[in-house]
Amino acid sequence: MNYFPDEVIEHVFDFVVSHRDRNSISLVCKSWHKIERLSRKEVFIGNCYAINPERLIGRFPCLKSLTLKGKPHFADFNLVPHEWGGFVLPWIEALARSRVGLEELRLKRMVVTDESLELLSRSFANFKSLVLVSCEGFTTDGLASIAANCRQLRELDLQENEIDDHRGQWLNCFPDSCTTLISLNFACLKGETNVAALERLVARSPNLKSLKLNRAVPLDALARLMSCAPQLVDLGVGSYENEPDPESFAKLMTAIEKCMSLRSLSGFLEVAPLCLPAFYPICQNLISLNLSYAAEIQGNHLIKLIQLCKRLQRLWILDSIGDKGLAVVAATCKELQELRVFPSDVHGEEDNNAAVTEVGLVAISAGCPKLHSILYFCKQMTNAALIAVAKNCPNFIRFRLCILEPHKPDHITSQSLDEGFGAIVQACKGLRRLSVSGLLTDQVFLYIGMYAEQLEMLSIAFAGDTDKGMLYVLNGCKKMRKLEIRDSPFGNAALLADVGRYETMRSLWMSSCEVTLGGCKRLAQNSPRLNVEIINENENNRMEQNEEDEREKVDKLYLYRTVVGTRKDAPPYVRIL
Amino acid sequence: MSTEEELQSNVSVASSSPTSNCISRNTLGGLKEHNYLGLSDCSSVGSSTLSPLAEDDKATISLKATELTLGLPGSQSPARDTELNLLSPVQLDEKPFFPLLPSKDEICSSSQKNNASGNKRGFSDTMDQFAEAKSSVYTEKNWMFPEAAATQSVTKKDVPQNIPKGQSSTTNNSSSPPAAKAQIVGWPPVRSYRKNTLATTCKNSDEVDGRPGSGALFVKVSMDGAPYLRKVDLRSYANYGELSSALEKMFTTFTLGQCGSNGAAGKDMLSETKLKDLLNGKDYVLTYEDKDGDWMLVGDVPWEMFIDVCKKLKIMKGCDAIGLAAAPRAMEKSKMRA
Repeated sequence: MNYFPDEVIEHVFDFVVSHRDRNSISLVCKSWHKIERLSRKEVFIGNCYAINPERLIGRFPCLKSLTLKGKPHFADFNLVPHEWGGFVLPWIEALARSRVGLEELRLKRMVVTDESLELLSRSFANFKSLVLVSCEGFTTDGLASIAANCRQLRELDLQENEIDDHRGQWLNCFPDSCTTLISLNFACLKGETNVAALERLVARSPNLKSLKLNRAVPLDALARLMSCAPQLVDLGVGSYENEPDPESFAKLMTAIEKCMSLRSLSGFLEVAPLCLPAFYPICQNLISLNLSYAAEIQGNHLIKLIQLCKRLQRLWILDSIGDKGLAVVAATCKELQELRVFPSDVHGEEDNNAAVTEVGLVAISAGCPKLHSILYFCKQMTNAALIAVAKNCPNFIRFRLCILEPHKPDHITSQSLDEGFGAIVQACKGLRRLSVSGLLTDQVFLYIGMYAEQLEMLSIAFAGDTDKGMLYVLNGCKKMRKLEIRDSPFGNAALLADVGRYETMRSLWMSSCEVTLGGCKRLAQNSPRLNVEIINENENNRMEQNEEDEREKVDKLYLYRTVVGTRKDAPPYVRIL
Repeated sequence: MSTEEELQSNVSVASSSPTSNCISRNTLGGLKEHNYLGLSDCSSVGSSTLSPLAEDDKATISLKATELTLGLPGSQSPARDTELNLLSPVQLDEKPFFPLLPSKDEICSSSQKNNASGNKRGFSDTMDQFAEAKSSVYTEKNWMFPEAAATQSVTKKDVPQNIPKGQSSTTNNSSSPPAAKAQIVGWPPVRSYRKNTLATTCKNSDEVDGRPGSGALFVKVSMDGAPYLRKVDLRSYANYGELSSALEKMFTTFTLGQCGSNGAAGKDMLSETKLKDLLNGKDYVLTYEDKDGDWMLVGDVPWEMFIDVCKKLKIMKGCDAIGLAAAPRAMEKSKMRA
């Protein structure tokens, strides 16, 4: 079978980088499987309970980079109770024991403790990069151990984590000899920052390309930081006082003007809009702009800034930009590829006059030919608009539309939005991720099943009429990997129609649907390679296990394929069938 | 587009245009006398929305038709026409422009409000317009009438010819209090980190404004015939023009004869206009009570001085204000103070 020596094949495999392709390679024959696994450097595990660390290390002993994801996506929205799982400690312990030369660890939605971080920092001499996204369970003490012990640290990237800030001196823990930092992101830390320590750190990090500050770093410090790091490519601004004194402001402007490499801007957690003009000189270079936390900047200020960003490829913004602002984006940002519009009024308390509507969406689709990813929160939508968007932008890979009010129909025709979403899936042949919302019947799922051939992830909320909806999707979308459903009338018939299907997927989440305990049990019976978890926080139900009613509806069902059977770290309210 | 820099450094320049606009606007005839209640407008909105609405929506709409809700914060009362916007030196960037005629193009103009429905403007509009950091205070404080505010949302972003159906769906939570929305766990699907961060940001801005040194200067604003008063922060405006526009939106059209910050310069001319307006009896007049307890016509004295002495604002009917031959008196007073 092999016409080349192993070394040659391995060399060829080095060019194959994508995980999926490497997984495919490993299936060709035993020889290739062996070569591939011994040469694999980066491993991606989408569900930390699908496999265990021992088997991972057994198969890939030479791994250098590990990516792990823990909780299901809906955990982001408080649908998964605390202590459900996703603990990273066992993984770090196993990796440490087996002396894997770990250099990079990327975690998403996992529980990370200070103990894990300490162990991590001490166990891997070459450890270079730690990226934590939406994780929880640790404090700045854990960060201090990373800072102190990881001599080769290049990247410490903390994105949207819940970190207990002990207001310690973790920044001081970086030794003076540490000069290798390339990326430092602590924007999510809520407490005070030792600005002096930070400035010293930045001053001795000539390779620093990405710096994202937290709220506690004030304007004058920002100016000094930028002055000693004009090579920055990616900057997250912390706090911009309300009324900067002219001298600080002038210094900031001078510093900013020197940062000609700056391509990405974010932060602005506390901004006085009058400070934004300081950034005008570099706007023309920006390819990424994240103003989605800048709640205080009004639409017109945003517009002025954006009008200068002609090369923008990625824009994350609040809906306070308004339709008018989006029209400006459409006219200005012809290179735009990804847009996210978040709701500024998350609690639905205000009727925000400036929020975005279908008008803005259509304008963007018409003006930005390269757009392929969108996340759009709005209060209203029409089929006509979606049809127009589909026509303008057939290249969508990710299309996530969230109409804030559940079950809301087309606000002009009062019909469901089936046709609109249908147009999207029909036109966008490469669509991989879709989130639907508004008033939807089974029809939209028929369309999705028929047309969304490449769809891998689908999020459904408050939609559909009968089991048929879910069946259309499961029957049609052969590439589905993650299906998450909430508050929709799908029941056992849909769940049980094709049990074997779930092993081709990563996971299925169903909450507040019509599936019953009996249905879940039947599902679990014949599926040894599926973990069927019933998450039920209700105390009463736990007591009455002997008299359980199989007709009882399951509040939250989370099932996923696994090769290692039932997990042992589930809390009491999680029942694994 | 005028910028903040213009606002702050060039007040007199900015204000001269509103003056001419005031005059031209008066002659345009685009503005009729608007009755305070806007009942005719209200009912036209009300009737147009009544048909296709759900039961409880109907109830709320007819309620709306009768209640004296004008320009409540966060309310989406149909906007004024573009001409009125000219009064303000600040470009209303994020506000949709409201044509006088219903627009034909559904999709592109559905952000335009139903102009025919009148002139009530949400308070949040006012605040948005003048884009001050402090304005976030208004949107955060608990203004009452959440239901009324929600019903006003009825006309928010409807294509004019499709208002009836449109409103049925935009009354998203008009019939249920905001609390009902909060009961849906995990909806809207926004990461809790993001929710918490935004909440903290807003809270911080509140705290900033709450500090005594920050200089908010609230005065009551009353209007003849209005059932309740409003409050405005005088420091959030840079000149009379801004104040005028804000109050317009808050209440209804009234003429602020003098829009200049430098009252002395164009005083005589402005007073003439004022008198004309008064004589016509069509418009309202903005007056204020100063430290001495006297009722004066707004606009005679420089803006900075005005902020200093103004204790209360009152929008009087033109005919009622004729007795306020205030100009000479104001000058006298300002001379005395100067």
